[in-house]
Amino acid sequence: MASAAAGSSAAVPFWRAAGMTYITYSNICASLVRSCLKEPYKSEAASREKVHFAISKWADGKPEKPTVRSDSPEE
Amino acid sequence: MYRQAPRLLIRALDGGRGGRLIGRAFSTDVPAASVEDSAFVEAWKKVAPNLEPPKTPLSFMRPRPPTPSSIPSKLTVNFVLPYQSEISNKEVDMVIVPATTGQMGVLPGHVATIAELKPGVLSVHDGNEVTKYVVSSGFAFIHANSIADIVAVEAVPVDRIDPSLVQKGLADFTQKLSSATTDLEKAEAQIGVDVHSALNAALSG
Repeated sequence: MASAAAGSSAAVPFWRAAGMTYITYSNICASLVRSCLKEPYKSEAASREKVHFAISKWADGKPEKPTVRSDSPEE
Repeated sequence: MYRQAPRLLIRALDGGRGGRLIGRAFSTDVPAASVEDSAFVEAWKKVAPNLEPPKTPLSFMRPRPPTPSSIPSKLTVNFVLPYQSEISNKEVDMVIVPATTGQMGVLPGHVATIAELKPGVLSVHDGNEVTKYVVSSGFAFIHANSIADIVAVEAVPVDRIDPSLVQKGLADFTQKLSSATTDLEKAEAQIGVDVHSALNAALSG
């Protein structure tokens, strides 16, 4: 990926220069737009921001107990 | 011995095929791509006339739809979000997409383009009616046969935006931008300012 030293061809967008990926940028834009919605739509949109995932670290070739994370949008 | 034949043949042909592809005309001039690779099949039959030629990746791909010789009168638009399909196969006169290079108007017969979208207003024009959506970010793929596929992460009709929240957000992020220290904070604040000013422009424009 393009590093800060722009030896490559295109001018990188400011978020890429700051080390952010496109997906992060896109998700931030989307959550900002969602936060500016009027009321009934805003609560429907809040459900779209929830993430639910389980992480399990592996040690010595065996999985440890997974931690389940469920993040709802909170700054 | 014959087991290796397809692998060696494909490798031998790749140079020829690759070279020819580079010299090819633009997609607007090319007819629909053929499904079978005739050069490969001929070469195979010379080497192994009794064996069925194996399928090459080209035969698994659906052929590119043909570009009509005359410009169609309407543009077919597909506008999708991750959770629903806003517009599906609708024939319209024009769409204006908020590309990073500026507002881009797409008419039927537009050259094939891939455009990255910035936060802004997408307007769909059909006769006298105009439907406007605020798009957070995404991509617009315009194909040579006048079909436009627009994908966005979040898009809402303009009347669902709350103006007071937009003003408050804009003030917040402008303040954060001036007080930001690290590169990442500056980038986030800049994104906030960009999005909120685009929403502001959408409400007033």
